Amino acid sequence: MTLETVLVVAAALFAVGLYGAISQQSFVMLMMGLELMINGALLALIALWALSTGGNPQGQMLAIVFMTVMAIEMALGFALITNVYRVRRADITEKLRKLKG
Amino acid sequence: MNRSLVVDVLFWCFAAGSVVTGYLVFRTDSMVRAAFWLLASFVGVGAILVLLAAEFLGVVLILMMAGEMLIMAVVMVMFMMNPAGLNPMFMVHQHRFAVAAGVVSFAGLSVVALTADFPDQPVDASVDATAELGFELLGDSMLVFQTAGVALLATMIGAIALASRNGRFGTSDEGSREPALEIEELESP
Repeated sequence: MTLETVLVVAAALFAVGLYGAISQQSFVMLMMGLELMINGALLALIALWALSTGGNPQGQMLAIVFMTVMAIEMALGFALITNVYRVRRADITEKLRKLKG
Repeated sequence: MNRSLVVDVLFWCFAAGSVVTGYLVFRTDSMVRAAFWLLASFVGVGAILVLLAAEFLGVVLILMMAGEMLIMAVVMVMFMMNPAGLNPMFMVHQHRFAVAAGVVSFAGLSVVALTADFPDQPVDASVDATAELGFELLGDSMLVFQTAGVALLATMIGAIALASRNGRFGTSDEGSREPALEIEELESP
């Protein structure tokens, strides 16, 4: 396990997430793509922390900020989906022609 | 068996597993199954974090994502595709563009990963990373930690305000409903 191999795995996760975020019609599936992208970024960050910075504690601190961002994205995403479904009866991106209410 | 060899074998197993299950998220025919494939992908990444000496973060990631994916499955059961998000589905658009974007991003990031010159400073085996993180959280980075907590609190308040039907001055979606939808609702029994 070297830094390069972990970073390539992180790149693969990011790429799969990007594919999902672009290709999926459902809002929830789109959020899954975003989650995978953040997951790849988190893996790359921890790999750099563990193998390139000598275990600097601030690296783990930054990872906790990443995980906070994941939680915020999911919570606000679910709330937005609930609201959009209630107002527009829409659960896929194609049904929204405008963002303004 | 040599310890580094065991770590390498475990790493490749978890890496392949997390990437394959991440791909299956978008290839499976049910949204609830997709949520559990995503959870499997996160478990693989959490295991890699443990192998990278970030035991605390790895375990927290797995626990956090287990809860999150269960909530995601419940949301799908509520809103998506009858019955209960388990119907077969294939709902993609701009598929070729998405595949191209994924391949290009993977190639670009891999080239950077393989050609960049990163410092070679692995974490010392004697370091207790979890204890150091604890001292960092409650020491120099306490302000960052507290800011993250306040951000999560603001998120909870914002999520409730967004998802709640009844606002302080009437329904939260007042004025944002299209006339056609209201007429449809009036006509429906």
